[in-house]
Amino acid sequence: MAPIVLTACQPAVLDPQGPVGLAQKMILVDSLAIMLAIVVPTITATFAFAWWFRASNARAHYLPNWVFSGRIELIVWSIPLLVIMLLGGVAWIASHDLDPAKPLPSNTPPLEVQVVSLDWKWLFIYPSQGVASVNRLVVPAGMPIHFSLTSASVMNAFFIPQLGSMIYTMNGMTTQLNLQADAPGSFPGLSSQYSGDGFSDMHFDVLAVSAERFAGWIEATRNTGPTLDPGSYAALARQSINTRPFTFRAADPGLFQLIVTQKLPPGPGPRTGRPDVSVSPRTED
Amino acid sequence: MWGKLSWAAIPFDQPIPLIASGVVGGVITGVLALITLKGWLPYLWREWITSVDHKRIGIMYILLAMVMLLRGFTDAIMMRSQQALAFRSQGYLPPEHYDQIFSAHGTLMIFFVAMPFVIGLMNFVVPLQLGIRDVAFPTLNSVGFWLTATGVLLVNISLLVGEFARTGWLPYPPLSELTYSPGVGVDYYLWSLEISGVGTLLAGINLITTVLKLHAPGMTYMRMPMFCWTTLASNLLIVAAFPILTATLTMLVLDRYLGFHFFTNEAGGNMMMFVNLIWVWGHPEVYILILPAFGVFSEVVSTFSNKPLFGYRSMVAATMVICILSFTVWLHHFFTMGAGADVNAIFGIASMIIAVPTGVKIFNWLFTMYGGRIVYSTPILWSIGFMVTFVIGGMTGVLLAVPPADFVLHNSLFLVAHFHNVIIGGVLFGAFAGYTYWFPKAFGFRLHEGLGKASFWCWITGFYVAFMPLYVLGLMGMTRRMQHYDVAAWHPWLLIAAGGAAIIFIGIILQIAQLVVSIRRREQLRDETGDPWNGRSLEWATPSPPPAFNFAVLPRIESGDAYWGMKERALQQARLSEEPAYAEIEMPRNSPTGFICAFFATIMGFALIWHIWWMVGLAAVGAYATFVVFAWRDVDEYIIPAETVARIDRANRSARSAALARRQAAS
Repeated sequence: MAPIVLTACQPAVLDPQGPVGLAQKMILVDSLAIMLAIVVPTITATFAFAWWFRASNARAHYLPNWVFSGRIELIVWSIPLLVIMLLGGVAWIASHDLDPAKPLPSNTPPLEVQVVSLDWKWLFIYPSQGVASVNRLVVPAGMPIHFSLTSASVMNAFFIPQLGSMIYTMNGMTTQLNLQADAPGSFPGLSSQYSGDGFSDMHFDVLAVSAERFAGWIEATRNTGPTLDPGSYAALARQSINTRPFTFRAADPGLFQLIVTQKLPPGPGPRTGRPDVSVSPRTED
Repeated sequence: MWGKLSWAAIPFDQPIPLIASGVVGGVITGVLALITLKGWLPYLWREWITSVDHKRIGIMYILLAMVMLLRGFTDAIMMRSQQALAFRSQGYLPPEHYDQIFSAHGTLMIFFVAMPFVIGLMNFVVPLQLGIRDVAFPTLNSVGFWLTATGVLLVNISLLVGEFARTGWLPYPPLSELTYSPGVGVDYYLWSLEISGVGTLLAGINLITTVLKLHAPGMTYMRMPMFCWTTLASNLLIVAAFPILTATLTMLVLDRYLGFHFFTNEAGGNMMMFVNLIWVWGHPEVYILILPAFGVFSEVVSTFSNKPLFGYRSMVAATMVICILSFTVWLHHFFTMGAGADVNAIFGIASMIIAVPTGVKIFNWLFTMYGGRIVYSTPILWSIGFMVTFVIGGMTGVLLAVPPADFVLHNSLFLVAHFHNVIIGGVLFGAFAGYTYWFPKAFGFRLHEGLGKASFWCWITGFYVAFMPLYVLGLMGMTRRMQHYDVAAWHPWLLIAAGGAAIIFIGIILQIAQLVVSIRRREQLRDETGDPWNGRSLEWATPSPPPAFNFAVLPRIESGDAYWGMKERALQQARLSEEPAYAEIEMPRNSPTGFICAFFATIMGFALIWHIWWMVGLAAVGAYATFVVFAWRDVDEYIIPAETVARIDRANRSARSAALARRQAAS
């Protein structure tokens, strides 16, 4: 019943579109199956014992002094232990296979994307292509992508449910993530670490496109839009909610490093400090 | 003169907090007026506010927890209705308001509902179960309670004056730093927890000392009821973990007040340190809450199965193993922070290992029921509901402990469903089981069974309807703390979840009705014998409610399940043991120290929040002066004469003799 309902309703995590997500779904389902093997009998036994040994049941044996059985103790300690040993093995192997920083196996070198979380939007810099995009991530399908991530201000988490692994973004630090979309498609992405008033609108679209269309998008992007440099970055770093996607035709390739090393200062907070609930901006200026 | 405080701090343009605080203020004023008009004030002052009796303090803790449960649940209803409405719209709560609500909900439910509830139960029950007259430090106990009340008061003042934190219940920096949270919300959070945290630490020290140092003669460790063992484990964790919380929050205070850089973005601050430290406290905290609940279930399952606890030694071992392991798993709260695979895997496996002793406990309760004669009263319903629900919550918890699974479920509604699954299904069901089980001991009459059972069925149904959809939503990629969303597929599940919250609401109304009806029909529900459930441990040897001194003569313990053994011997010999020689009893005198300290602490906290420095100084001096006056007291005990002791105990003995005669006649 549950799986049918889930399929009908876009269960992002159970409908992975890339190798990382697929492997994680398998881990999820396998671990659940291992545990259900012990959980279902336990719940059944709880109902069975509770029903059979009700005080009004004259046929049930009353054992008022039965308080210990070495054999049962052995079983109740060893069954959970064995399950956990099995599951622990799964966790150990999977943690190493699916380490977010581990490069994905591929013949082509990965596409480099630098991600900066700002209050409250996402900046994606393509350092090799020299362009940047806000709140829309365009990637070639079938090619691994290596993300370097940081934050301009507060913590956020970068998450594309259908592609797998999320990772935190933190100011002054870089985290690593490797993902891949197997086929062209459009996937929702979001921040999954609460970051303030504009948090709910801090989502972005991921467009996985063919290699040719990706090249075409880069070309088109280079021809329009503003440039990303320390000056325009400072304007971008100010708090704003529900920012529409737009692109930068040229991006300073060293900008990400300037943000990580705080040569560019962390984003400013709300503009006024009055102690009332309307401190933060409700709309973009 | 008044620091940051001005009329601008009152949200005159925000109807919801204004009405809410108006209602709260109205109720408080009404209650105070009623108390004054009826002339109850001297009684309250003498018997409750200044009381150092562990039973009275335990009851006050639980009352506080139940009132705050109503407040926390109001927040929950607002969140569920907001999310049910806010599909492609802003709903009725703007983000700056919604963010305060989920922050307050978490803070209240953990610190001011779950904590006082379990501490209250431990306070009330443990000395009775150990066969002693009070806790080790009675006045300290009172101070601990009143400081907790200070924390509660400060959080609730934030409703009207200023704002509460908009950072989540754990204020992760740099969001909680002055740059990104310039308002007083985080300061309310910090000072209410700094002050109530001291109270919790005092309670912890007190209860550990009580369990370790005060026993009736013959009450060896391996004869202690299971609840005393879980109390010991839980309070060891309090004493080890709460100083970490206090220190971590103090570092954030220094950042915010004095320009330090522990967790800031700039000048070498590191938010990862905060996240580590807060969870070094935060993970043991969940065991601080659940272990006493495990103790309640052990008592309830055994009593209502009419059997001793199965595998007692195993249970003790499992409790202490959980106590130690709980300090080795904190990193599983942030697998997604980018630690290496080895670190993640080790903490993942350590977290899973805790499932082993927990599983053992479930199986031992199962085998306690095996071969029993289970009497279906309300407390056992909560316990069986717990066993089923908690196993599911444990399973999803182990799932989240697998790091790659956590990479897609962390911070999602799957996580929210998981921890409500274990906290409602574990801690809260345990608290309600304990409340129903020990209520007749505290007040001398039972709670109404029918309403109690109806409430149980509403709670458990409401729980499943409210939280199972959140598991699904988590798998659908919905993250927590969203004020609005535009994914159509989420909407129906959030509507179902809101329906679940409504069912829980009916459960709460039934609980209130149960209390009211029980008080009105108290003569019919009267517990004459002091042993309404055919209990096994020593608290049932005292009259209901127990006298101030609990035991006229400290009982001599000869086995585990001490009171059950006494009843068996009485049955064999067809009479009670010999009447003891009564002597006068020294009991600690009432003291207003706790109340006055907390009065000054509240003023000090409020003044610190609003930067009113002269008031901070004045309140600090006042609190210190109170302590000095207490330390130099001349008389700290009073004498209960032997005749009074004899009169009370003879009444108890005649009730026991009558009960014995009834049992003999029945068999």
